[in-house]
Amino acid sequence: MRKCLWLWGLLFFALGFAWSITAERNPCTERISGSAGDVLEDDPVGRLKVYVYELPSKYNKKILQKDPRCLSHMFAAEIFMHRFLLSSPVQTLNPEGADWFYTPIYATCDLTPTGLPLPFKSPRMVRSAIQLISSSWPYWNRTEGADHFFVVPHDFGAYFHYQEEKAIERGILPILRRATLVQTFGQRNHVCLNEGSITIPPYAPPQKMRARQIPPDTPRSIFVYFRGLFCDVNNDPEGGYYARGARAAVWENFKSNPLFDISTEHPTTYYEDMQRAIFCLCPLGWAPWSPRLVEAVVFGCIPVIIADDTVLPFADAIPWEEIGVFVAEEDVPKLDKILTSIPSHVILRKQRLLANPSMKRAMLFPQPTLPGDAFHQILNGLARKLPHPKSVYLKPGEKILNWTAGPITDLKPW
Amino acid sequence: MKLSALHQSYINRRTNSFRSSGPLDSSSDSAIKSPAAIFWLVFHALCCLISLLLGYRFSRLVFFFLFSTSSTNFYTSPFRSTAELVKTLDVHSVLSNNPVANLDLPLLNKTVTNSRVVVGRHGIRIRPWPHPDPVEVMKAHRIIEIVQKEQRSQFGIKNPRTVIVVTPTYVRTFQALHLTGVMHSLMLVPYDLVWIVVEAGGVSNETASLIAKSGLKTIHVGFNQRMPNSWEERHKLESKMRLRALRIIREKKLDGIVMFADDSNMHSMELFDEIQNVKWFGAVSVGILTHSVNTDEMADRKKDEEENPRMPVQGPACNASDMLAGWHTFNTLPFAGKSAVYIDDRATVLPRKLEWSGFVLNSRLLWKDSSDKPKWIKDIDMLNGDIESPLGLVNDPSVVEPLGNCGRQVLLWWLRVEARADSKFPPKWIIDPPLEITVPSKRTPWPDAPPELPANEKPAMGMQDPIVKHSTKRTSRSKHRSKRKHEPKTDTQVSTRHSEQS
Repeated sequence: MRKCLWLWGLLFFALGFAWSITAERNPCTERISGSAGDVLEDDPVGRLKVYVYELPSKYNKKILQKDPRCLSHMFAAEIFMHRFLLSSPVQTLNPEGADWFYTPIYATCDLTPTGLPLPFKSPRMVRSAIQLISSSWPYWNRTEGADHFFVVPHDFGAYFHYQEEKAIERGILPILRRATLVQTFGQRNHVCLNEGSITIPPYAPPQKMRARQIPPDTPRSIFVYFRGLFCDVNNDPEGGYYARGARAAVWENFKSNPLFDISTEHPTTYYEDMQRAIFCLCPLGWAPWSPRLVEAVVFGCIPVIIADDTVLPFADAIPWEEIGVFVAEEDVPKLDKILTSIPSHVILRKQRLLANPSMKRAMLFPQPTLPGDAFHQILNGLARKLPHPKSVYLKPGEKILNWTAGPITDLKPW
Repeated sequence: MKLSALHQSYINRRTNSFRSSGPLDSSSDSAIKSPAAIFWLVFHALCCLISLLLGYRFSRLVFFFLFSTSSTNFYTSPFRSTAELVKTLDVHSVLSNNPVANLDLPLLNKTVTNSRVVVGRHGIRIRPWPHPDPVEVMKAHRIIEIVQKEQRSQFGIKNPRTVIVVTPTYVRTFQALHLTGVMHSLMLVPYDLVWIVVEAGGVSNETASLIAKSGLKTIHVGFNQRMPNSWEERHKLESKMRLRALRIIREKKLDGIVMFADDSNMHSMELFDEIQNVKWFGAVSVGILTHSVNTDEMADRKKDEEENPRMPVQGPACNASDMLAGWHTFNTLPFAGKSAVYIDDRATVLPRKLEWSGFVLNSRLLWKDSSDKPKWIKDIDMLNGDIESPLGLVNDPSVVEPLGNCGRQVLLWWLRVEARADSKFPPKWIIDPPLEITVPSKRTPWPDAPPELPANEKPAMGMQDPIVKHSTKRTSRSKHRSKRKHEPKTDTQVSTRHSEQS
């Protein structure tokens, strides 16, 4: 009897010892849990089924063949999402059992010689694609697109225009009004952000970033770092339009401040410098989002977000207020005071949260895919919207969308 | 195109105050047809004409501020050519900070709450004094320090040991130069430090005042022998002084890592991180910076450098399996017969075979009765003579641990530069009372050219210092307080040259 007790005690002790060794007692990181809970590491496989429409290649592959630069610019998420879904176990070949439907259109792949996308033909392209799927498959008409999702990583999402005023004027493409939009643009109470859209980070090349890592014991000696335009002289020569004047305000107030390493030059050591900085500014540009956020998170630099009412990627999974610093655009002249008045334990905690590898993985689109990366976060977001409410399914004969709304030029066939 | 966009934004600004929401997208359609819009169009045209006449940009906003009531928005001008205008308007905006009554247009009601972010032209906010605030700068530096300390504790050396630095020195012209360099390097070391300064010729106030500025824990001892004038003798005396320091470590039972920092050497910060890895006795690679003032030697050097362009390095040599295989020492053959003998010779100063500064040891090796001391260390008190390098303390040189990536990283540099033995310098390098020297002005800006002594120069106009004939100096002329830019730089050189030649 005694011997049994001893054996049990020894067993428990050994198990406890083993657990304490193998458990992740890493003081350098902290677990991240947002408003939706600790969902960054959820596995979407088994929680939803996605059916990928087979569109003729003029909507996707042919466009890519014409311009392979689309694979490396910041809007490349749409292409990689398509490839990911085709090879993922989440894809189902039986549309009857699918929860979500995906239409692979590479709408942001019409590039100028300098590499900027021209979105003028995109509405027509999307329209013609939807006409195709609504006539070839019954699933669009069943719900008028409410269980379909589209990846629209352009500046203002599904507005397909790079100027905010024009974009607001046009509105979301009318036929996409009921669909779920997976977009990079996010701003609260803005007409460009539909309720229920999923905000994603812009594409940033993971291999390039991984190749430029410096040893983690390199001391962080730059206080604030920023590289980029302050004034867009071509499109906004007088100033005040670009970035709502916030970037110009940063420059005017802090150009002579040695703590602020800000300039318009693009150095070759950009990634390395970010790893030596404590704060990285992520101000808005023409649109409130930018790949800087992704780079700052990957390199452990606390992002300072200067964009009023912006909605950051995966906002329900990642508690951005605890990780980044939000500064109102009107408070830009007091930026140095704001940053130095953050207590040091808060700064250290933010760095610990940023050091969490699941955080870094959630911002990237790696090829081949890794568990917990941005693709999985998108699917998790879609899975969290399930099950579809009953209002999604239309009664036979009911029509909500107006197929003839929108500017005349958009109604032309593509 | 541009006009309509501007137009739209003008309408927006007119009807919205800064903080309030404004119906953006729907305003344009109905407002274009209202008479107010036409009025603004005419107004804008008028302003354009005025600016054409005046020749600079005349924003309608200036008009606005002059003639409008405070019931519209406060809006700082995007003027950047006239800075004062910006400032005054900024002040204006700061004063009228309270959001004024919204002039909501009676337009379509939107059920969706509109964003408080207004699209359109915004002001560039500049604070009244856009320069760094010293209080904030200090706070930021404190934050940087805390972050770096955290980084070091996470990724750096765990359980760092105290660094015990041994420096032999003596009072001379260049002592302040060299010792300050070493002192600043030691002040930057992030670990606990004890600095043992052994001074030839006894403890002096000069040295004491110099090292007191460091704020480090120092042990300043004197050595009762004056520093001799030849390099050979000096090296021997320095070895003796270092042994004295080691005896102090033994007496006080200091615990840590002993390193030898000669006062004219240059140390990198990575050195202090690397020596924390030593177990008992380690060696690092030292870069040897020999200099030669003679131009013949420079020509010879150039030939040598073409064949062997690397800086000579002294230190451990490893074989392929990263084990100590031998030593790299300095090749003295090219300098045979041409090296400096006396301290103020202009020839090349050569290092010894193996310099003391390239070795580090665990202080427990020096303790008298330490049980875990390895067998190969000799007792200091048992040495019957002086040792040339710390290798003389070990019986078996193969136990030395090569540090710095097995000697491939050069972590410190050896240099010996001294002024002439009879060169004079003010005590503590403080000129007190302030001198009243006047020196002749030079016409050439080249510092190496010898000064041309003017024969009979009249004193210049507008000079402020009185002419004083200093007894030991040559007769000087008045200093021109002219606008020549190179003057201030050459003056001091001329004065030192005078002092040397007198």
